[in-house]
Amino acid sequence: MRIGVVTFPGSLDDRDAARAVRLAGAEPVALWHGDRGLRGVDAVILPGGFSYGDYLRCGAIARFAPVMSDLVPAAKAGLPVLGICNGFQILCEAHLLPGALTRNAGLRFVTRDLPLRVENASTAWTRSYAGGERIVVPLKSGEGAYAADPATLASLEASGRVVLRYAGDNPNGSDAAIAGVCNAAGNVVGLMPHPEHAVDPLTGPSADGLGFFTSVLAGVAA
Amino acid sequence: MTGADTVPADTVERAAATAGLPQPYAELGLKQDEYEKILGILGRRPTAAELALYSVMWSEHCSYKSSKVHLRQFADKAPPSGKLLAGIGHNAGVVDIGQGYAVTFKIESHNHPSYVEPHQGAATGVGGIVRDILAMGARPVAVMDALRFGAAEAPDTARVLPGVVSGISFYGNCLGLPNIGGELDFDPCYAGNPLVNALCVGVMRHGDLQVAAAPGPGNKVILFGSTTGPDGVGGASVLASATFGDASTESAKRPSVQVGDPFMEKLLVECCLELFAAGLVVGIQDLGAAGVACATTELAAAGTGGMAVRLDQVPLRDASLGPPEILMSESQERMMAVVEPGQVDEFLAVCAKWDVRAAVIGEVTDAGRLVMTWHGEPVVDIPAATAADGPVYDRPFARPAAQDALAASDPAALPRPADGAGLRADLLALLASPGLADKSWVTDQYDRYVRGDTVLAMPEDAGLVRVDEATGLGIALATDGNGRYGRLDPYQGAQLALSEAYRNVAATGARPLAVTNCLNFGSPEDPAVMWQFAEAVRGLADGCAALGVPVTGGNVSFYNQTGTAAIHPTPVIGVLGVHDDVRRRVGMGFGAEDAPANLVLLGRTEPEFGGSAWAHVRHGHLGGRPPAPDLAAERRLAGLLVAAAEAGLLSAAHDLSDGGLAVALAESCLRGGTGCTVQLTGRLAGDPFTALFSESAGRCLVAVRPGAAASFAALLAEHQVPGQDLGTTGGDRLTVTGCFEIPLDELAAGHARTLPALFG
Repeated sequence: MRIGVVTFPGSLDDRDAARAVRLAGAEPVALWHGDRGLRGVDAVILPGGFSYGDYLRCGAIARFAPVMSDLVPAAKAGLPVLGICNGFQILCEAHLLPGALTRNAGLRFVTRDLPLRVENASTAWTRSYAGGERIVVPLKSGEGAYAADPATLASLEASGRVVLRYAGDNPNGSDAAIAGVCNAAGNVVGLMPHPEHAVDPLTGPSADGLGFFTSVLAGVAA
Repeated sequence: MTGADTVPADTVERAAATAGLPQPYAELGLKQDEYEKILGILGRRPTAAELALYSVMWSEHCSYKSSKVHLRQFADKAPPSGKLLAGIGHNAGVVDIGQGYAVTFKIESHNHPSYVEPHQGAATGVGGIVRDILAMGARPVAVMDALRFGAAEAPDTARVLPGVVSGISFYGNCLGLPNIGGELDFDPCYAGNPLVNALCVGVMRHGDLQVAAAPGPGNKVILFGSTTGPDGVGGASVLASATFGDASTESAKRPSVQVGDPFMEKLLVECCLELFAAGLVVGIQDLGAAGVACATTELAAAGTGGMAVRLDQVPLRDASLGPPEILMSESQERMMAVVEPGQVDEFLAVCAKWDVRAAVIGEVTDAGRLVMTWHGEPVVDIPAATAADGPVYDRPFARPAAQDALAASDPAALPRPADGAGLRADLLALLASPGLADKSWVTDQYDRYVRGDTVLAMPEDAGLVRVDEATGLGIALATDGNGRYGRLDPYQGAQLALSEAYRNVAATGARPLAVTNCLNFGSPEDPAVMWQFAEAVRGLADGCAALGVPVTGGNVSFYNQTGTAAIHPTPVIGVLGVHDDVRRRVGMGFGAEDAPANLVLLGRTEPEFGGSAWAHVRHGHLGGRPPAPDLAAERRLAGLLVAAAEAGLLSAAHDLSDGGLAVALAESCLRGGTGCTVQLTGRLAGDPFTALFSESAGRCLVAVRPGAAASFAALLAEHQVPGQDLGTTGGDRLTVTGCFEIPLDELAAGHARTLPALFG
């Protein structure tokens, strides 16, 4: 299985996402923001970082990159897409996911290992987990507070589209302690925490994040 | 409109014709004799551009004119090392770590800008040191920051500290470099002069080393990265090389602080690495202090000696800038490369891929002179070496008389805790003091995970980064400094800082290899400060020789004083070590395994309280003698720690420093979430106060894995390190039998509360 990892100017965790893909048993494929085409990959990850320096608004410029012209229709047609941190922000800006990410409640950047609860274990990126499973994964962001209007929040909750929730403190003031959401089909998932930094206890707080990457393999194999 | 239309250039021709014209050399920081020296070199008055160039190049910050005569000891006394691929004098030293890898690292100050404008000052400090590492041909892989502020509760600290931390967070996080450690301390002596020392480390293959030189007449000189603006004009000469005075000059200096764009720096890093990999670079220099002036003179002086530069080709963000401002501008995120003519197009194509602006601004010559033109007219025509080398001063120094009274103020006279309850209260007070409190308020603002190779990060003794995923090869880094020790004895203070950083690296199981330093001092024009500096350099050079680790580079920051009050002499020492397999790293936290581990205290404990955290926190006292460094013992201790880690005998190791054994035990309990029970027996019996709070050097607390006691005892004997059994890990409290017990929740609460209460 081949999983694309997109590098925008200012992407930082692209190398980490590629490593996580490799540890999960798939082949990472580098995708460049300025190129058209997805090189025939089976899934795509938009990694963390500060694309375009977060200028204008996090993710606001990256959504116009040439690679997005091919990614958006592919995602709408069912291609599994995972956006992590800045990738989540880009997916929201591209209207593949509802809501927005805003400044942390404390107005400071927050790096912390956090307990999370997997609320929906049936998406393309979470089916390796059990529903309600608690995992520990790092969060590191300055604009990670998930926000949406009450109707959208109610609809997300009602349709099980809240994928991941902060299980301890709400570290950034996210609405309903939401740490990740998915689209209606469950193939597009956005997460604020960084599962690619929790794939090996040597370099992370746990290996709990690996399940996101093995999930998508299981889906394609099935 | 171009600058030529608005600013009539002061050409070489005009300078020759107007010999007696008064020039603002004093405002630019040049002394009269220095100005006269320039007149002698040129045989005429300098042009405005030349005056600007000499003023920044001969500033203390760029020329090291007051420190050079002392710094020579680092080379003269350097221990033999087969590991150095590039030493002092380069942008940063380069060390061979084996398996074909080399590492380059350096620490640099950004103290003065960080006081004037904390956020941008600290941010651009990170940016500057990262470009130094990049210019050596390495990929930057991690940063650290050693921070010192005035009293924690002082109102101005609430302005400076959050700004500095947010600046480091903003720049380092956006650049994608994990922040793996550093220091945070407070003392009233840093009130008007905070210390913001930034370290960066980079990794390359042996063959990737780049040089900062411009050889090969005909080769093109390319300036690339950000455009040049008026920010930071005169930063090196005005900010970093003069003492802060009254409030009016402070506001006048504010525009001298540069503004950083980490996104541009990230592009510049990737762009440079691609240029290096494609073999398109003959020589390269980063633009830091003194900008284009420094890059052109140093590249030329280190190369064929000549360069012709068309200053009107420098891409500007402010068209009103003329030659002097362009030369002095410290606009960030710029590099200068020397490129073969046939490769210029390919070079520019790589820059375009990364959206990095690049301009050919000149070429290398063999004329022996640095010549710069402005719309065709020469505005600079000088021998490059005269600007690059600068004056050298052997400034007078003298041990201040007050040093005797300081030494005589023995902390032995201070009232000590009378019983277990008193010892307990002292430990809790130390753990809650700002300098020893939980640093999460600061470090949670830094990304320690990016790149996925961080094995250990703060609050661990040293940061540890994996270099090779297949073999587990890695590097450990620690920085340490202690202004109180330095104030009591600058020679020993420097050695104690070196010892601690060296020990911190060894505690993780890494072999210490090389040293960088950031020497923070007051005004070199004060003989007492100059004595502190001379003593510290001598101590560090002797210490490095004794430990067998060479100094590979560093930085001097003078003029850290307000009026006549200088900071404590504060050499901050960075030590780099190599870890053969990071999977065998040893962390500081107890409880890495299920069964209780045996605690052993390594090294000798003497009643040493001069400059101690206990005397500082409990009595506000600074006096007496600092702990005696024992470099031979440090070397044996490090050998033992590395051997024990290699053999897998230790589940935890934590160096003893500020606050002694008591603080070390508490920190290891809190880090691992596991308690311990300790008995003070043998040499530690009878005087629990000394056992718990003395700061004798050369000591480390280790947790020996169950079943490893015999092997560890054999290693102790082999390495001739004294070991004292302390007890075992386990439980949910810190118990010192016969003295006190403290639940971990209570330890943690006081430890964690302090910084959030102060800074929000």
